[in-house]
Amino acid sequence: MSLSTAARKPIELRLPRLSISNARWLSPVLLLLLWELGSRTGVIPPRILAAPSTVIGALWELTISGELPSNLLVSLARASVGLAIGVVAGTALALIAGLSRAGETAVDPLMQIKRTIPSLALTPLFIVWFGIGEAPKITLIAVATVFPIYLNLFSGIRGVDVRLVEAARSFGLSPAQQITQVILPGALPSFLVGLRYSMGVALLVLVVAEQINASAGLGHLINNARDFMRTDIIVVCLLVYALLGLTADLIVRTVEQRALAWRPALIKS
Amino acid sequence: MSISPLRSAATHDREPVVRVRGFTRRFGDTVVLKDLDLDIAPGEFVALLGRSGSGKTTLLRTLAGLDPAPGQDVVTPAARAVVFQDARLLPWKRVWRNVALGLKGKDVRARAEAALGEVGLDHRLDVWPATLSGGESQRVSLARALIREPGLLLLDEPFAALDALTRLRMHELVLSLWRKHAPAVLLVTHDVDEAIALADRVLVLDHGQIAAEEVIALPRPREADAAFQAVRQRLLGHLGVQNLRPVAQEGALISFPSGEVVA
Repeated sequence: MSLSTAARKPIELRLPRLSISNARWLSPVLLLLLWELGSRTGVIPPRILAAPSTVIGALWELTISGELPSNLLVSLARASVGLAIGVVAGTALALIAGLSRAGETAVDPLMQIKRTIPSLALTPLFIVWFGIGEAPKITLIAVATVFPIYLNLFSGIRGVDVRLVEAARSFGLSPAQQITQVILPGALPSFLVGLRYSMGVALLVLVVAEQINASAGLGHLINNARDFMRTDIIVVCLLVYALLGLTADLIVRTVEQRALAWRPALIKS
Repeated sequence: MSISPLRSAATHDREPVVRVRGFTRRFGDTVVLKDLDLDIAPGEFVALLGRSGSGKTTLLRTLAGLDPAPGQDVVTPAARAVVFQDARLLPWKRVWRNVALGLKGKDVRARAEAALGEVGLDHRLDVWPATLSGGESQRVSLARALIREPGLLLLDEPFAALDALTRLRMHELVLSLWRKHAPAVLLVTHDVDEAIALADRVLVLDHGQIAAEEVIALPRPREADAAFQAVRQRLLGHLGVQNLRPVAQEGALISFPSGEVVA
Protein backbone atom coordinates (compact mmCIF):
# COMPACT_ATOMS: atom_id res chain seq x y z
CA MET A 1 0.00 0.00 0.00
CA SER A 2 1.48 3.28 -0.98
CA LEU A 3 1.70 6.08 1.53
CA SER A 4 -0.40 8.48 -0.49
CA THR A 5 -3.39 6.18 -0.63
CA ALA A 6 -2.94 5.38 3.05
CA ALA A 7 -3.19 9.06 3.84
CA ARG A 8 -6.50 9.46 2.04
CA LYS A 9 -8.16 6.45 3.61
CA PRO A 10 -10.11 6.93 6.82
CA ILE A 11 -8.47 5.48 9.88
CA GLU A 12 -9.59 1.97 10.61
CA LEU A 13 -9.22 0.05 13.84
CA ARG A 14 -7.64 -3.28 13.19
CA LEU A 15 -8.88 -6.24 15.18
CA PRO A 16 -6.33 -8.86 16.18
CA ARG A 17 -6.51 -11.82 13.84
CA LEU A 18 -6.79 -15.28 15.32
CA SER A 19 -4.23 -17.43 13.59
CA ILE A 20 -1.65 -19.89 14.79
CA SER A 21 1.24 -18.04 13.15
CA ASN A 22 0.36 -14.99 15.22
CA ALA A 23 -0.97 -16.88 18.24
CA ARG A 24 -0.27 -14.53 21.10
CA TRP A 25 -3.51 -15.70 22.70
CA LEU A 26 -2.32 -19.29 23.00
CA SER A 27 -0.19 -19.18 26.17
CA PRO A 28 -2.72 -17.23 28.30
CA VAL A 29 -5.41 -19.72 27.33
CA LEU A 30 -3.13 -22.63 28.24
CA LEU A 31 -2.46 -21.03 31.64
CA LEU A 32 -6.20 -20.68 32.27
CA LEU A 33 -6.75 -24.35 31.38
CA LEU A 34 -3.97 -25.44 33.74
CA TRP A 35 -5.43 -23.27 36.51
CA GLU A 36 -8.91 -24.79 36.03
CA LEU A 37 -7.39 -28.28 36.00
CA GLY A 38 -5.49 -27.53 39.23
CA SER A 39 -8.66 -26.35 40.93
CA ARG A 40 -10.76 -29.29 39.76
CA THR A 41 -8.19 -31.84 40.98
CA GLY A 42 -7.86 -30.10 44.32
CA VAL A 43 -4.22 -29.08 43.82
CA ILE A 44 -5.31 -25.43 44.24
CA PRO A 45 -7.79 -25.15 47.12
CA PRO A 46 -10.51 -22.46 46.72
CA ARG A 47 -9.23 -20.81 49.93
CA ILE A 48 -5.99 -20.00 48.08
CA LEU A 49 -7.43 -19.27 44.64
CA ALA A 50 -10.87 -19.88 43.16
CA ALA A 51 -11.18 -21.76 39.87
CA PRO A 52 -11.68 -19.70 36.70
CA SER A 53 -15.16 -21.19 36.30
CA THR A 54 -16.05 -20.12 39.86
CA VAL A 55 -14.67 -16.65 39.14
CA ILE A 56 -16.89 -16.39 36.07
CA GLY A 57 -19.84 -17.49 38.18
CA ALA A 58 -19.05 -14.83 40.79
CA LEU A 59 -18.68 -12.24 38.04
CA TRP A 60 -22.14 -13.17 36.73
CA GLU A 61 -23.73 -13.05 40.20
CA LEU A 62 -22.14 -9.71 41.10
CA THR A 63 -23.21 -8.25 37.78
CA ILE A 64 -26.80 -9.50 38.06
CA SER A 65 -27.15 -8.26 41.64
CA GLY A 66 -25.90 -4.85 40.52
CA GLU A 67 -23.20 -4.91 43.18
CA LEU A 68 -20.34 -4.84 40.69
CA PRO A 69 -21.69 -2.16 38.34
CA SER A 70 -22.55 0.23 41.16
CA ASN A 71 -19.16 -0.17 42.87
CA LEU A 72 -17.37 0.01 39.55
CA LEU A 73 -19.07 3.32 38.81
CA VAL A 74 -17.92 4.71 42.15
CA SER A 75 -14.32 3.68 41.45
CA LEU A 76 -14.49 4.94 37.89
CA ALA A 77 -15.75 8.32 39.07
CA ARG A 78 -12.91 8.60 41.60
CA ALA A 79 -10.28 7.76 39.00
CA SER A 80 -11.79 10.03 36.35
CA VAL A 81 -12.22 13.06 38.58
CA GLY A 82 -8.73 12.65 40.06
CA LEU A 83 -7.20 12.11 36.63
CA ALA A 84 -9.04 15.08 35.13
CA ILE A 85 -7.77 17.38 37.87
CA GLY A 86 -4.26 15.98 37.50
CA VAL A 87 -4.23 16.33 33.71
CA VAL A 88 -5.54 19.89 33.75
CA ALA A 89 -3.06 20.94 36.45
CA GLY A 90 -0.17 19.13 34.79
CA THR A 91 -0.99 20.68 31.42
CA ALA A 92 -1.24 24.17 32.89
CA LEU A 93 2.06 23.82 34.76
CA ALA A 94 3.81 22.40 31.69
CA LEU A 95 2.58 25.29 29.55
CA ILE A 96 3.81 27.83 32.10
CA ALA A 97 7.20 26.14 32.43
CA GLY A 98 7.55 25.16 28.78
CA LEU A 99 6.69 28.45 27.13
CA SER A 100 8.84 30.82 29.17
CA ARG A 101 12.17 30.80 30.88
CA ALA A 102 10.72 32.61 33.91
CA GLY A 103 7.94 30.03 34.12
CA GLU A 104 10.46 27.23 34.10
CA THR A 105 12.46 28.90 36.86
CA ALA A 106 9.33 29.25 38.96
CA VAL A 107 7.63 25.92 38.34
CA ASP A 108 10.25 23.32 37.52
CA PRO A 109 12.12 23.23 40.88
CA LEU A 110 8.84 22.72 42.73
CA MET A 111 7.84 19.90 40.39
CA GLN A 112 11.22 18.24 40.82
CA ILE A 113 10.86 18.42 44.61
CA LYS A 114 7.37 16.97 44.32
CA ARG A 115 8.74 14.19 42.16
CA THR A 116 11.09 13.01 44.91
CA ILE A 117 8.16 12.35 47.26
CA PRO A 118 6.30 9.16 46.33
CA SER A 119 2.67 10.21 45.98
CA LEU A 120 1.40 7.29 48.03
CA ALA A 121 3.55 8.42 50.94
CA LEU A 122 1.26 11.44 51.19
CA THR A 123 -1.69 9.22 52.12
CA PRO A 124 -1.43 9.71 55.93
CA LEU A 125 -1.16 13.46 55.51
CA PHE A 126 -4.21 13.59 53.22
CA ILE A 127 -6.21 11.51 55.70
CA VAL A 128 -5.30 14.00 58.42
CA TRP A 129 -6.27 16.90 56.18
CA PHE A 130 -9.32 15.56 54.38
CA GLY A 131 -10.61 12.74 56.60
CA ILE A 132 -11.59 9.40 55.10
CA GLY A 133 -14.23 10.42 52.55
CA GLU A 134 -13.83 10.91 48.80
CA ALA A 135 -11.57 13.97 49.07
CA PRO A 136 -8.31 12.24 50.11
CA LYS A 137 -8.79 9.54 47.44
CA ILE A 138 -9.37 12.00 44.63
CA THR A 139 -6.60 14.32 45.83
CA LEU A 140 -4.18 11.42 45.94
CA ILE A 141 -4.99 10.43 42.35
CA ALA A 142 -4.79 14.03 41.16
CA VAL A 143 -1.42 14.62 42.83
CA ALA A 144 0.00 11.39 41.44
CA THR A 145 -1.13 12.03 37.86
CA VAL A 146 0.17 15.61 37.61
CA PHE A 147 3.77 14.67 37.18
CA PRO A 148 3.72 12.32 34.17
CA ILE A 149 1.68 14.88 32.24
CA TYR A 150 3.88 17.77 33.33
CA LEU A 151 7.17 16.06 32.57
CA ASN A 152 6.19 14.74 29.14
CA LEU A 153 4.41 17.83 27.92
CA PHE A 154 7.20 20.09 29.17
CA SER A 155 9.85 18.10 27.33
CA GLY A 156 7.54 17.90 24.31
CA ILE A 157 7.18 21.68 24.19
CA ARG A 158 10.90 22.18 24.57
CA GLY A 159 11.57 19.56 21.94
CA VAL A 160 9.50 21.26 19.23
CA ASP A 161 11.66 22.02 16.21
CA VAL A 162 12.58 25.70 16.52
CA ARG A 163 13.01 25.88 12.75
CA LEU A 164 9.29 25.21 12.34
CA VAL A 165 8.44 27.91 14.86
CA GLU A 166 10.74 30.25 12.97
CA ALA A 167 9.12 29.40 9.66
CA ALA A 168 5.69 30.09 11.16
CA ARG A 169 6.98 33.41 12.46
CA SER A 170 8.35 34.30 9.02
CA PHE A 171 4.85 33.75 7.61
CA GLY A 172 3.41 36.25 10.04
CA LEU A 173 1.83 33.97 12.65
CA SER A 174 1.24 35.73 15.94
CA PRO A 175 2.81 34.31 19.13
CA ALA A 176 -0.60 32.85 20.08
CA GLN A 177 -0.94 31.22 16.65
CA GLN A 178 2.60 29.90 16.92
CA ILE A 179 1.62 28.20 20.18
CA THR A 180 -1.67 26.73 18.95
CA GLN A 181 -0.58 25.79 15.45
CA VAL A 182 3.05 24.81 15.89
CA ILE A 183 4.13 24.26 19.49
CA LEU A 184 1.12 22.40 20.88
CA PRO A 185 0.63 20.06 17.89
CA GLY A 186 4.37 19.40 17.99
CA ALA A 187 4.18 18.51 21.67
CA LEU A 188 1.04 16.38 21.31
CA PRO A 189 2.84 13.03 20.90
CA SER A 190 4.69 13.64 24.18
CA PHE A 191 1.47 14.73 25.88
CA LEU A 192 -0.22 11.49 24.85
CA VAL A 193 2.67 9.45 26.25
CA GLY A 194 2.20 11.36 29.50
CA LEU A 195 -1.55 10.77 29.39
CA ARG A 196 -1.14 7.05 28.95
CA TYR A 197 1.30 6.93 31.83
CA SER A 198 -1.00 9.06 33.99
CA MET A 199 -3.91 6.71 33.37
CA GLY A 200 -1.82 3.80 34.60
CA VAL A 201 -0.79 5.78 37.67
CA ALA A 202 -4.40 6.81 38.33
CA LEU A 203 -5.45 3.17 38.41
CA LEU A 204 -2.55 2.18 40.64
CA VAL A 205 -3.27 4.94 43.13
CA LEU A 206 -6.99 4.15 42.96
CA VAL A 207 -6.32 0.63 44.23
CA VAL A 208 -4.37 1.93 47.22
CA ALA A 209 -6.65 4.90 47.89
CA GLU A 210 -9.69 2.65 47.96
CA GLN A 211 -8.19 0.72 50.86
CA ILE A 212 -8.76 3.86 52.97
CA ASN A 213 -11.94 2.87 54.76
CA ALA A 214 -14.06 2.87 51.63
CA SER A 215 -17.78 2.22 51.97
CA ALA A 216 -18.20 1.80 48.22
CA GLY A 217 -16.07 1.05 45.19
CA LEU A 218 -14.01 -1.88 43.99
CA GLY A 219 -11.70 -1.52 47.00
CA HIS A 220 -14.66 -1.87 49.32
CA LEU A 221 -15.72 -4.98 47.43
CA ILE A 222 -12.23 -6.47 47.76
CA ASN A 223 -12.01 -5.66 51.46
CA ASN A 224 -15.33 -7.38 52.14
CA ALA A 225 -14.31 -10.38 50.06
CA ARG A 226 -11.05 -10.63 52.01
CA ASP A 227 -12.97 -10.72 55.30
CA PHE A 228 -15.06 -13.64 54.01
CA MET A 229 -12.11 -15.31 52.23
CA ARG A 230 -13.98 -15.08 48.92
CA THR A 231 -11.02 -15.44 46.57
CA ASP A 232 -13.41 -15.62 43.61
CA ILE A 233 -14.69 -12.08 44.26
CA ILE A 234 -11.14 -10.83 44.81
CA VAL A 235 -10.13 -12.25 41.41
CA VAL A 236 -13.22 -10.70 39.82
CA CYS A 237 -12.13 -7.28 41.14
CA LEU A 238 -8.57 -7.86 39.90
CA LEU A 239 -10.03 -8.69 36.49
CA VAL A 240 -12.05 -5.49 36.52
CA TYR A 241 -8.96 -3.46 37.47
CA ALA A 242 -7.12 -5.06 34.54
CA LEU A 243 -10.03 -4.31 32.23
CA LEU A 244 -9.98 -0.69 33.33
CA GLY A 245 -6.28 -0.53 32.48
CA LEU A 246 -6.88 -2.06 29.06
CA THR A 247 -9.76 0.29 28.36
CA ALA A 248 -7.68 3.31 29.34
CA ASP A 249 -4.92 2.17 27.01
CA LEU A 250 -7.38 1.56 24.18
CA ILE A 251 -8.80 5.06 24.58
CA VAL A 252 -5.36 6.67 24.32
CA ARG A 253 -4.39 4.45 21.39
CA THR A 254 -7.52 5.46 19.53
CA VAL A 255 -6.89 9.13 20.25
CA GLU A 256 -3.29 8.67 19.07
CA GLN A 257 -4.34 7.01 15.83
CA ARG A 258 -6.61 9.91 15.03
CA ALA A 259 -4.53 12.79 16.35
CA LEU A 260 -1.17 11.53 15.12
CA ALA A 261 -2.25 10.26 11.71
CA TRP A 262 0.31 12.61 10.17
CA ARG A 263 3.21 10.63 11.54
CA PRO A 264 4.80 8.22 9.07
CA ALA A 265 4.23 4.76 10.46
CA LEU A 266 7.51 3.41 11.74
CA ILE A 267 6.25 -0.14 11.88
CA LYS A 268 3.62 -1.16 9.39
CA SER A 269 1.11 -3.56 10.82
CA MET B 1 26.76 37.63 -27.23
CA SER B 2 23.26 38.91 -27.07
CA ILE B 3 22.25 41.07 -24.18
CA SER B 4 18.96 40.62 -22.41
CA PRO B 5 17.11 43.91 -22.54
CA LEU B 6 14.42 42.62 -20.23
CA ARG B 7 14.91 43.25 -16.60
CA SER B 8 18.09 44.72 -15.28
CA ALA B 9 17.99 47.84 -17.37
CA ALA B 10 14.28 48.48 -16.92
CA THR B 11 14.11 47.79 -13.21
CA HIS B 12 17.15 49.68 -12.04
CA ASP B 13 15.57 53.08 -12.55
CA ARG B 14 12.82 52.38 -10.08
CA GLU B 15 12.92 52.80 -6.32
CA PRO B 16 14.57 49.69 -4.83
CA VAL B 17 12.37 47.39 -2.72
CA VAL B 18 15.33 46.39 -0.59
CA ARG B 19 17.68 49.06 0.63
CA VAL B 20 20.45 48.31 3.12
CA ARG B 21 23.04 50.87 4.12
CA GLY B 22 26.06 50.41 6.33
CA PHE B 23 24.70 47.20 7.83
CA THR B 24 26.86 45.57 10.47
CA ARG B 25 26.13 42.37 12.33
CA ARG B 26 28.16 40.92 15.16
CA PHE B 27 27.96 37.68 17.08
CA GLY B 28 30.02 38.35 20.19
CA ASP B 29 33.42 39.52 18.98
CA THR B 30 32.95 38.13 15.50
CA VAL B 31 31.87 40.61 12.87
CA VAL B 32 29.78 38.65 10.38
CA LEU B 33 28.63 41.52 8.19
CA LYS B 34 30.51 44.77 8.04
CA ASP B 35 29.25 48.06 6.70
CA LEU B 36 27.27 46.31 3.97
CA ASP B 37 25.26 48.12 1.29
CA LEU B 38 22.63 46.38 -0.83
CA ASP B 39 19.89 47.47 -3.21
CA ILE B 40 17.41 45.18 -4.91
CA ALA B 41 15.08 46.62 -7.55
CA PRO B 42 11.44 45.53 -7.85
CA GLY B 43 11.27 42.29 -9.76
CA GLU B 44 15.02 41.86 -9.81
CA PHE B 45 16.52 38.39 -9.36
CA VAL B 46 19.67 38.65 -7.27
CA ALA B 47 21.87 35.71 -6.31
CA LEU B 48 24.14 35.92 -3.30
CA LEU B 49 27.20 33.69 -3.49
CA GLY B 50 29.60 33.03 -0.72
CA ARG B 51 31.45 30.40 1.19
CA SER B 52 30.02 28.77 4.29
CA GLY B 53 30.26 31.25 7.11
CA SER B 54 30.50 34.24 4.81
CA GLY B 55 27.33 35.71 6.29
CA LYS B 56 24.91 34.89 3.43
CA THR B 57 22.31 33.37 5.67
CA THR B 58 22.72 36.11 8.26
CA LEU B 59 21.92 38.70 5.61
CA LEU B 60 18.91 36.70 4.41
CA ARG B 61 17.59 36.28 7.95
CA THR B 62 17.87 40.00 8.51
CA LEU B 63 15.95 40.75 5.32
CA ALA B 64 13.35 38.14 6.30
CA GLY B 65 12.85 39.89 9.64
CA LEU B 66 13.88 36.73 11.51
CA ASP B 67 16.80 38.49 13.16
CA PRO B 68 16.10 41.95 14.52
CA ALA B 69 18.23 44.79 13.22
CA PRO B 70 17.65 47.57 15.74
CA GLY B 71 18.93 50.98 14.79
CA GLN B 72 20.14 49.81 11.39
CA ASP B 73 19.27 51.20 8.00
CA VAL B 74 17.38 48.27 6.51
CA VAL B 75 14.33 48.78 4.31
CA THR B 76 12.35 45.78 3.05
CA PRO B 77 8.83 45.33 1.67
CA ALA B 78 6.17 44.35 4.19
CA ALA B 79 5.22 41.27 2.19
CA ARG B 80 8.17 38.92 2.35
CA ALA B 81 8.32 35.17 2.16
CA VAL B 82 11.11 32.70 2.74
CA VAL B 83 11.80 29.32 1.19
CA PHE B 84 14.20 27.52 3.50
CA GLN B 85 16.70 24.86 2.55
CA ASP B 86 14.73 22.33 4.57
CA ALA B 87 11.15 22.84 3.47
CA ARG B 88 9.94 23.35 7.07
CA LEU B 89 6.40 22.17 6.42
CA LEU B 90 4.36 21.52 9.55
CA PRO B 91 4.05 17.72 9.55
CA TRP B 92 0.67 17.79 11.34
CA LYS B 93 -1.03 19.94 8.73
CA ARG B 94 -2.11 18.62 5.38
CA VAL B 95 -0.31 20.05 2.38
CA TRP B 96 -2.93 22.66 1.52
CA ARG B 97 -3.14 23.86 5.12
CA ASN B 98 0.62 24.30 5.11
CA VAL B 99 0.32 26.46 2.02
CA ALA B 100 -2.51 28.46 3.59
CA LEU B 101 -0.66 28.82 6.92
CA GLY B 102 -1.74 31.97 8.70
CA LEU B 103 -4.10 33.08 5.91
CA LYS B 104 -7.70 33.92 6.67
CA GLY B 105 -10.88 33.92 4.61
CA LYS B 106 -13.37 31.50 3.16
CA ASP B 107 -11.51 30.91 -0.06
CA VAL B 108 -8.16 29.91 1.44
CA ARG B 109 -8.52 26.34 0.25
CA ALA B 110 -9.23 27.49 -3.29
CA ARG B 111 -6.28 29.87 -3.13
CA ALA B 112 -4.03 27.13 -1.77
CA GLU B 113 -5.23 24.83 -4.53
CA ALA B 114 -4.40 27.44 -7.14
CA ALA B 115 -0.96 28.02 -5.63
CA LEU B 116 -0.29 24.29 -5.53
CA GLY B 117 -1.49 24.05 -9.11
CA GLU B 118 1.21 26.51 -10.14
CA VAL B 119 3.88 24.20 -8.74
CA GLY B 120 2.17 21.14 -10.24
CA LEU B 121 0.97 19.64 -6.99
CA ASP B 122 -2.77 20.31 -7.01
CA HIS B 123 -3.33 16.56 -6.86
CA ARG B 124 -1.64 16.31 -3.47
CA LEU B 125 -3.70 18.84 -1.54
CA ASP B 126 -4.79 16.51 1.24
CA VAL B 127 -1.73 14.40 1.86
CA TRP B 128 0.56 14.69 4.88
CA PRO B 129 3.91 16.41 4.26
CA ALA B 130 5.77 13.30 5.46
CA THR B 131 4.63 11.50 2.31
CA LEU B 132 6.22 14.04 -0.06
CA SER B 133 9.59 13.67 -1.73
CA GLY B 134 12.27 16.29 -1.21
CA GLY B 135 11.48 18.04 -4.49
CA GLU B 136 7.73 18.00 -3.79
CA SER B 137 8.30 19.45 -0.32
CA GLN B 138 10.26 22.32 -1.82
CA ARG B 139 7.51 22.93 -4.38
CA VAL B 140 4.95 23.10 -1.57
CA SER B 141 7.30 25.45 0.21
CA LEU B 142 7.44 27.62 -2.93
CA ALA B 143 3.65 27.61 -3.17
CA ARG B 144 3.42 28.61 0.50
CA ALA B 145 5.72 31.56 -0.22
CA LEU B 146 4.06 32.70 -3.45
CA ILE B 147 0.46 32.54 -2.19
CA ARG B 148 1.37 35.59 -0.11
CA GLU B 149 2.24 37.57 -3.27
CA PRO B 150 5.51 38.73 -1.71
CA GLY B 151 7.31 41.84 -2.88
CA LEU B 152 10.49 40.07 -1.81
CA LEU B 153 11.04 36.35 -2.13
CA LEU B 154 13.96 35.03 -0.10
CA LEU B 155 15.41 31.69 -1.15
CA ASP B 156 17.86 30.21 1.34
CA GLU B 157 19.74 27.51 -0.59
CA PRO B 158 16.39 25.94 -1.44
CA PHE B 159 17.78 23.41 -3.92
CA ALA B 160 20.92 22.37 -2.07
CA ALA B 161 19.43 19.14 -0.72
CA LEU B 162 17.90 18.05 -4.04
CA ASP B 163 19.37 15.71 -6.63
CA ALA B 164 20.80 17.25 -9.80
CA LEU B 165 17.82 16.47 -12.08
CA THR B 166 15.24 17.70 -9.60
CA ARG B 167 17.33 20.81 -9.09
CA LEU B 168 17.28 21.62 -12.81
CA ARG B 169 13.50 21.24 -12.91
CA MET B 170 13.21 23.46 -9.84
CA HIS B 171 15.32 26.10 -11.60
CA GLU B 172 12.85 26.19 -14.49
CA LEU B 173 9.92 26.30 -12.11
CA VAL B 174 11.38 29.15 -10.08
CA LEU B 175 12.09 31.15 -13.23
CA SER B 176 8.59 30.69 -14.60
CA LEU B 177 7.01 31.62 -11.26
CA TRP B 178 9.28 34.62 -11.00
CA ARG B 179 8.24 35.79 -14.48
CA LYS B 180 4.59 35.40 -13.58
CA HIS B 181 4.55 36.98 -10.12
CA ALA B 182 7.56 39.28 -10.57
CA PRO B 183 8.72 39.51 -6.97
CA ALA B 184 12.21 40.74 -6.18
CA VAL B 185 14.21 37.60 -5.42
CA LEU B 186 17.27 37.10 -3.26
CA LEU B 187 18.68 33.64 -3.80
CA VAL B 188 21.35 32.56 -1.35
CA THR B 189 23.45 29.76 -2.77
CA HIS B 190 26.94 28.34 -2.88
CA ASP B 191 26.44 26.95 -6.36
CA VAL B 192 28.02 29.23 -8.96
CA ASP B 193 26.24 27.57 -11.90
CA GLU B 194 22.87 27.94 -10.20
CA ALA B 195 23.52 31.61 -9.55
CA ILE B 196 24.47 32.27 -13.17
CA ALA B 197 21.59 30.20 -14.55
CA LEU B 198 18.96 32.12 -12.60
CA ALA B 199 19.98 35.61 -11.58
CA ASP B 200 20.01 39.05 -13.16
CA ARG B 201 22.85 39.96 -10.89
CA VAL B 202 25.23 37.87 -8.82
CA LEU B 203 26.83 39.22 -5.67
CA VAL B 204 29.80 37.60 -3.98
CA LEU B 205 29.89 37.97 -0.23
CA ASP B 206 33.28 37.72 1.39
CA HIS B 207 34.59 38.87 4.76
CA GLY B 208 31.24 40.41 5.58
CA GLN B 209 31.07 42.63 2.54
CA ILE B 210 29.98 42.48 -1.08
CA ALA B 211 33.32 41.62 -2.64
CA ALA B 212 32.18 41.46 -6.25
CA GLU B 213 29.17 41.99 -8.45
CA GLU B 214 28.40 40.50 -11.86
CA VAL B 215 25.44 41.58 -13.93
CA ILE B 216 24.42 38.53 -15.97
CA ALA B 217 23.13 39.84 -19.27
CA LEU B 218 22.79 36.45 -20.95
CA PRO B 219 19.41 35.48 -22.40
CA ARG B 220 17.48 32.78 -20.56
CA PRO B 221 17.47 29.78 -20.72
CA ARG B 222 21.19 29.98 -20.25
CA GLU B 223 23.37 27.40 -21.88
CA ALA B 224 26.82 26.58 -20.59
CA ASP B 225 28.43 28.38 -23.52
CA ALA B 226 31.61 30.40 -23.66
CA ALA B 227 30.04 33.58 -22.27
CA PHE B 228 28.55 31.57 -19.39
CA GLN B 229 31.94 30.03 -18.69
CA ALA B 230 33.64 33.41 -18.71
CA VAL B 231 31.29 34.72 -16.04
CA ARG B 232 31.75 31.51 -14.12
CA GLN B 233 35.51 31.84 -14.17
CA ARG B 234 35.35 35.40 -12.93
CA LEU B 235 32.98 34.46 -10.09
CA LEU B 236 35.09 31.47 -9.08
CA GLY B 237 38.05 33.80 -9.04
CA HIS B 238 36.21 36.15 -6.69
CA LEU B 239 35.43 33.20 -4.48
CA GLY B 240 39.11 32.31 -4.32
CA VAL B 241 38.82 29.10 -6.35
CA GLN B 242 41.70 28.84 -8.77
CA ASN B 243 41.05 27.78 -12.32
CA LEU B 244 42.37 24.23 -12.28
CA ARG B 245 42.52 23.84 -16.04
CA PRO B 246 43.13 27.00 -17.99
CA VAL B 247 41.32 27.84 -21.18
CA ALA B 248 42.92 25.81 -23.95
CA GLN B 249 41.97 28.05 -26.80
CA GLU B 250 40.17 31.27 -26.97
CA GLY B 251 36.48 30.67 -26.36
CA ALA B 252 36.75 26.89 -26.44
CA LEU B 253 36.74 25.39 -23.02
CA ILE B 254 37.69 21.85 -22.29
CA SER B 255 36.98 21.20 -18.69
CA PHE B 256 36.22 23.09 -15.56
CA PRO B 257 36.32 22.46 -11.88
CA SER B 258 33.04 21.87 -10.19
CA GLY B 259 30.84 24.88 -9.83
CA GLU B 260 30.18 24.08 -6.22
CA VAL B 261 32.16 26.09 -3.74
CA VAL B 262 32.53 23.92 -0.72
CA ALA B 263 34.41 25.40 2.17
